[in-house]
Amino acid sequence: MLSVRNLHAEIEGKKILKGLNLDLGFGEVHAIMGPNGSGKSTLSYLLAGRPGYEVTQGEIYYKGKNLLELSVEDRSGEGVFLAFQYPVEIPGVSGMSFLRNSLNSVRKYRGQEELSAAEFLKLARGKASELGIDQVMLNRPVNVGFSGGEKKRNEVLQMALLEPSLALLDETDSGLDIDALKIVSDGFNALRSPDRSALVITHYQRLLNHIVPDKVHVLAQGRIIETGGKDLAMELEEKGYGMLGIQDGELEVS
Amino acid sequence: MVEFAQTEDVVQEATRKDYEFGFVTEIESEFAPPGLNEEVIRFISGKKNEPKWMLDWRLECFSEWKQMEDPNWAFVQFPPINYQDYYYYAAPKKDEDAPKSLDEVDPKLLETYEKLGIPLHERAALAGVAVDAVFDSVSVATTFREKLHDVGVIFCSISEAIQEHPGLVQKYLGSVVPRSDNFFASLNSAVFSDGTFVYIPKGVRCPMELSTYFRINAAKTGQFERTLIIADEGSYVSYLEGCTAPMRDENQLHAAVVELVAHDDAEIKYSTVQNWYPGDENGKGGIYNFVTKRGACRGKNSKISWTQVETGSAITWKYPSCILEGDNSVGEFYSVALTNNYQQADTGTKMIHIGRNTSSTIISKGISAGHAQNTYRGLVKVLGSAEGARNYTQCDSLLIGERCGAHTVPYIETSNQTARVEHEATTSKISDDQLFYVMQRGLSAEDAVGLIVNGYCKEVLKELPMEFAVEAQKLLSVSLEGSVG
Repeated sequence: MLSVRNLHAEIEGKKILKGLNLDLGFGEVHAIMGPNGSGKSTLSYLLAGRPGYEVTQGEIYYKGKNLLELSVEDRSGEGVFLAFQYPVEIPGVSGMSFLRNSLNSVRKYRGQEELSAAEFLKLARGKASELGIDQVMLNRPVNVGFSGGEKKRNEVLQMALLEPSLALLDETDSGLDIDALKIVSDGFNALRSPDRSALVITHYQRLLNHIVPDKVHVLAQGRIIETGGKDLAMELEEKGYGMLGIQDGELEVS
Repeated sequence: MVEFAQTEDVVQEATRKDYEFGFVTEIESEFAPPGLNEEVIRFISGKKNEPKWMLDWRLECFSEWKQMEDPNWAFVQFPPINYQDYYYYAAPKKDEDAPKSLDEVDPKLLETYEKLGIPLHERAALAGVAVDAVFDSVSVATTFREKLHDVGVIFCSISEAIQEHPGLVQKYLGSVVPRSDNFFASLNSAVFSDGTFVYIPKGVRCPMELSTYFRINAAKTGQFERTLIIADEGSYVSYLEGCTAPMRDENQLHAAVVELVAHDDAEIKYSTVQNWYPGDENGKGGIYNFVTKRGACRGKNSKISWTQVETGSAITWKYPSCILEGDNSVGEFYSVALTNNYQQADTGTKMIHIGRNTSSTIISKGISAGHAQNTYRGLVKVLGSAEGARNYTQCDSLLIGERCGAHTVPYIETSNQTARVEHEATTSKISDDQLFYVMQRGLSAEDAVGLIVNGYCKEVLKELPMEFAVEAQKLLSVSLEGSVG
């Protein structure tokens, strides 16, 4: 599914990733943990194609394609989905209108027919109610005045509609209370399938109780320094990153 | 957050699109001699077989105009205009009499309007919309006249109204915009060639949307249309105008005057989708749009609402205003002005509160991209007589890229202590975060910018009649191609 080889990347001349290697198989869910500033968010932005990051070395292959050559929207069409840590407000654009534009753009890219308003409405309402999302929320402008929990649920709703093959969850658990965490995790788990993979970026082990990963990687100083199973997360929670000889906040770039 | 130079490039690319309506109709036209003098005015008046009072009015306006100077207070720059360089009258050649029915209209003209998305044949026309089609200096067709006539609504060209309804024209022409009001209004009063006349009788709710579609075709020609809409007691009308012009390298002149009169309990809703040729990406060519629009709420409880979506023209100089004379009368101004490349817009409104408990609302959205300059200029004036007057103004500016400008020049003058006047203003940019977020969801840069800008303008777009809201949304996206950041 995803193969990252010796990836070096920087932003405004500041080196952030320094030789990162990562392999993600079909159907696998990997967690990425690590101290603040270790480059976790950078990795997700790079995979999604956010402008401003420069790859100085290395390569990323996704389903056999050179991901770095694809535009942001084409990556989305190819099934790369980033659930944002801080979902962005779009005043005046209703959730429904945004979702429909998004879904139809992706369907068009995939050579599928665009959905009519009626078809879309039915689909979106179904998915929304599964995630406990109120209809009223879909009529409000995207993320405007949403609570932290609403924003994250809205991200998962978008994911459910776009049916990505590679989901990137960037600290999706931040700002969620226990109930919201469960709803969001259940929503994600319902999407798990043998042809879908995910990278789950988190600081805390508690998310991984709900979204059980196949592997856990520790990202520090710009590369993966440790890989293990679910137990690694438990151990880190208990002992801190100090057990790996690194300290939180060692790098300052977010 | 880091600012990304790339975003601007993306937006540049997204906003670069050709002007869709830039074609020229090859049709034989008849012109007045070039330049402006008494003879030309007599020629225009003669072409229309006007009564003497009309010609005299024009000539008086002309002599007044000659004493006036171009206004220079607007935040727009352009080389001095030589008014002798233009043709003041151009009309498709035809038999002496105006076409009696659509079947007699030159097929080339019908085809032109078809291409512009305005089919004139009633069976193909937009349901519920009657159209007056003005081509250069003349009205070439007016649809659904019979149906409107049945309920007493007069919907015709101003030239016809001068012949058929001289009493109404004489009573109201120049009653809202005095002929010496300003340089461009005086020029228009002297040389106006055609435009639309609407009269809604007492108690009638006009059964369909009325619209005029203005097309400038001929080269070096000024269009000077004159629109007069009268809503008698207790009546209602919704009117829309659209405009386009071919792509030409020289600047063309458009100086219109629109006057609205609303009597007791009457309401006029006036919507504009202005898409004159804006010039090319280097600022060459485009229409100079110098327009005077004003409505008088003469009667109690009357209401005039202006909605404008301005995306075209090289220069826009336009302040649709309301004079709130009647007690409890209401004035509204909803505006989206979008400028890209080297376009300049100085636009806004005047709300003059005279009657008691008059109220006004101003919602202005200025969007500027490329090297464009976009100014909101407005006046809220509350006279001593306007006990209990209220105004709410909201001016928002959106900047796309690093080289454009947004300016807000609000004037507030109140002479009554009971008045309540509120003014809110914001300036913002499309953020890199927004663009990335929307594009990550599969939209191209072009579509992402269009979606964000349409959201930004929603408060105004929702005021447009349904039939035109969709068109306006598309227009905003297209006009932005190549200029947001």
